[in-house]
Amino acid sequence: MNTTDHLIKMANQIAANLAAQGREVAIRETAQHIIDFWDPRMKAGIAAADHAQLSEIARAAVGIVTAKA
Amino acid sequence: MAYEMQPDFGTPARDGAPVTLTIDGRAVTVPAGTSVMRAAAEIGGAIPKLCATDNVEAFGSCRMCLVEIEGARGLPASCTTPVAAAMVVKTQTPRLEKIRRGVMELYISDHPLDCLTCSANNDCELQDTAAQVGLRDVRYGYAGENHLGQAPDLSNPYFAFDASKCIVCSRCVRACEEVQGTFALTIEGRGFDSAVSAGAAADDFLSSECVSCGACVQACPTAALNEKSVAEIGKPERAVVTTCAYCGVGCTFRAEMRGDQLVRMVPWKDGKANRGHSCVKGRFAWGYANHADRITRPMIRESITQPWREVSWEEAISFTATRLKAIKAQYGARALGGITSSRCTNEEAFLVQKLVRGGFGSNNVDTCARVCHSPTGYGLKTTFGTSAGTQDFDSVEDSDVILIIGANPTDGHPVFASRMKKRLRQGAKLIVIDPRRIDMVRSPHIEAAHHLALQPGTNVAVLTAVAHVIVTEGLADEAFVRERCDWDEYQDWARFVSDARHSPETLEPVTRVPAEELRAAARLFATGGNGAIYYGLGVTEHSQGSSTVMAIANLAMATGNVGRRGVGVNPLRGQNNVQGACDMGSFPHELTGYRHISDGDTRAQFEAEWGVALDAEPGLRIPNMLDAAVDGSFRAIYIQGEDILQSDPNTHHVAAGLAAMDCVIVHDLFLNETANYAHVFLPGSTFLEKTGTFTNAERRIQMVRRVMDPANGYEDWQVTQLLARAMDLDWDYSDAGQIMDEIARLTPSFAGVSHARLDAEGSLQWPVNEAHPDGSPIMHVDGFVRGKGKFVVTEYIPTDERTGPRYPLLLTTGRILSQYNVGAQTRRTANSVWHAEDVLEIHPTDAENRGLSSGDWVKLASRAGETTLRALVTDRVAPGVVYTTFHHPDTQANVVTTENSDWATNCPEYKVTAVQVMPSNGPTAWQRDYEAQAQQARRIEAAE
Repeated sequence: MNTTDHLIKMANQIAANLAAQGREVAIRETAQHIIDFWDPRMKAGIAAADHAQLSEIARAAVGIVTAKA
Repeated sequence: MAYEMQPDFGTPARDGAPVTLTIDGRAVTVPAGTSVMRAAAEIGGAIPKLCATDNVEAFGSCRMCLVEIEGARGLPASCTTPVAAAMVVKTQTPRLEKIRRGVMELYISDHPLDCLTCSANNDCELQDTAAQVGLRDVRYGYAGENHLGQAPDLSNPYFAFDASKCIVCSRCVRACEEVQGTFALTIEGRGFDSAVSAGAAADDFLSSECVSCGACVQACPTAALNEKSVAEIGKPERAVVTTCAYCGVGCTFRAEMRGDQLVRMVPWKDGKANRGHSCVKGRFAWGYANHADRITRPMIRESITQPWREVSWEEAISFTATRLKAIKAQYGARALGGITSSRCTNEEAFLVQKLVRGGFGSNNVDTCARVCHSPTGYGLKTTFGTSAGTQDFDSVEDSDVILIIGANPTDGHPVFASRMKKRLRQGAKLIVIDPRRIDMVRSPHIEAAHHLALQPGTNVAVLTAVAHVIVTEGLADEAFVRERCDWDEYQDWARFVSDARHSPETLEPVTRVPAEELRAAARLFATGGNGAIYYGLGVTEHSQGSSTVMAIANLAMATGNVGRRGVGVNPLRGQNNVQGACDMGSFPHELTGYRHISDGDTRAQFEAEWGVALDAEPGLRIPNMLDAAVDGSFRAIYIQGEDILQSDPNTHHVAAGLAAMDCVIVHDLFLNETANYAHVFLPGSTFLEKTGTFTNAERRIQMVRRVMDPANGYEDWQVTQLLARAMDLDWDYSDAGQIMDEIARLTPSFAGVSHARLDAEGSLQWPVNEAHPDGSPIMHVDGFVRGKGKFVVTEYIPTDERTGPRYPLLLTTGRILSQYNVGAQTRRTANSVWHAEDVLEIHPTDAENRGLSSGDWVKLASRAGETTLRALVTDRVAPGVVYTTFHHPDTQANVVTTENSDWATNCPEYKVTAVQVMPSNGPTAWQRDYEAQAQQARRIEAAE
């Protein structure tokens, strides 16, 4: 698995595990998780990845992360 | 300290109301229940004894400790007689002297008189007692029938049993039962034929159930059970109290020395983590410190295809700093990073992360907790507010129901397991949630009320089903929840777990746990009194490791089992200082005390103290470092005391990452597997050669004390300091205590910690600060650290790792009692006699389907890789599940494990790998290639 695929898998995993909190909370917390725990090159990597491979929650969260960067 | 035997009060301490009595004319006040023997010992009156020792209950067999008590009939044994108010005792009278001397005469008439050449000479209670009672003659002669001349049992690699020196006092048998809880020893025969036996007639100590904890050796009053090292080296002449460098229990030992030679490690009775007990690793497996494989001179090489070249420390440090500076200049600070060690001290971990953050200029620092308990940090911080367990070990004495999930305490944390077993023998109930039938499920005098043998990977489903039963059957402690937790969050959680899809019946096809068994276990936990949860890597090393930790916290809060003795959430930490390494800012997003790197105020404190600007962005975790290395953006790493090539998942990927770097610095005792890919090898020092502190699983900070000079010339913190200075940092620590002082200045939970205070008080449990000046044995007593306890909804999400036609079995990995982690230390001791190789446990049905028998070579293959090892057919594992350990590099179990990891922390999913097992006739191509590469990589150029 290359790094980009790994990042996509990680983002989707975070989103899936937070989804039970409800959509809005899950988006916000997924974004915050990435902000809190990912190195800048990982954030840049997920921002540049093919977002079609992200779940709906992960995609929205990555959008927040990118906007805050 | 000069050598003295540890004080022995004869019988255990009691904690009853004060009782005052008179002994030999002196008033003494002791707790009710205390024996007369102990009361006398408290005021310095040593009543002669042989069968009594304060680690075990009184037995009353030797008749040496008789006393006279006013108004009492006969001469009661002081060990079995409890004190009473106004009791008047005489311990020394002509009548007593005569009886004791007579009894002693009988003992000695059947004991070899070879004191001058005996290994216990001058360190023998029998000898001391003979002197104490004034024995001058043995009237019976030595020609009669006796037990002399028996061949000693030398089968155990660490201690000998010489039956001819045994006085059949039963101290060893009772220690094995009461202290260790193994019941391996017994007294066989009656009367004159009575003899200590390690089991059936054919058994010697090695082939018996004995786990070599050393409790019997410690209890023995003669040389019948004695360390071989004492026989070889001689009686110790000084003793230094220090802390074990193996598991997270953090046992304290007296390192008993002769010159600069370690004679033996004896568990320290005053140690609050181990209470005078030990296991085969800490007690005996320290020989690696002087093993021939130890590297004591620095080595460098331009590329990993070259042989190593031994150089001076100056050249090695200069070479390293020059390379690191060049990489930083070319690729930027974020191309550099480091890994702190859970086997090194707090002070050393602190310095490594300080070097990475302040010297390298990045936050790319991580630690081995990444692959073990990082989900504990995340889960408990989220729910309770603190990244640590809630209890001290003593707490288990008040537990009524013990729930063990994903832990194997008898193998991983044996000294605490003994205390747990003691409580279970007293009547506490046990629930085990584990795919394997671990020893705790059923062992002598222990039987779990419920063993939920779940399908690997379904922890969250099982715990949600347990919560479902508790909530839907009205068993939750709502009063506790309303007072201590966020009520709205609790209601959200309660609604979630109450959903019918989370019932045990609905989830049974997923978990494979019979619904009625799960319901019964849930009811027991919720209604059985004080409920304590203990867990290990079977919880954390999953794709939902953090969710499982939070599900455990939810259960504890819902049942009101937090904030007092006997309850709590207790992660059983793997390595000796994994708690400490995490506390010391070893994670890439946190500074010491678990404060986020993005917090400006916290960062400002460190910047002021260190005089450097810190990066506000989190750094890379270990798996992300390896990804980035393969991508070319991460080029250099300083690894202190870890062997990531063997311990981390997907060996192929780890090797690729390491091979891609320009500068890999390994700082270790041995040329470990990771060093095959290193450019610099900096020799490390053992725990016997350094001063500092370790923090155990109960947050207990304890001193590690240098008992001999470092074979490599420097303690590990000094090596890091050399490197820091070469990187132009102005560090000037003259001792490890100064580093702790800096930690205390920068870390609120360590504010009251210093080496001087630890020397004075023995140990402290953090937080130690203004609010908790004497430390914190139990957390969250008056409220959660985060304020209100937080219930978190934990949806069960199956792992991506699925079985199928190609890989139909699930592999789970773990450890064994005699070996430790990657085995770098224990493989270099006689412990390998118990576990010379990793084997694959496979259920008889799965073995039969494949035509396998125990001892057969099998190929173990997954999507990630394959290896070969021998099979062990056993029903300890369920059908469809196989199990192995990862202690041996020639097996490299992690070539099979995958890159799947915990969603929140990237902790690898070691516990679930889909595999196939098939007969094999030899090593795989990978194993052959690896061996060849390792031999090449370990070449050392001959010195000029």
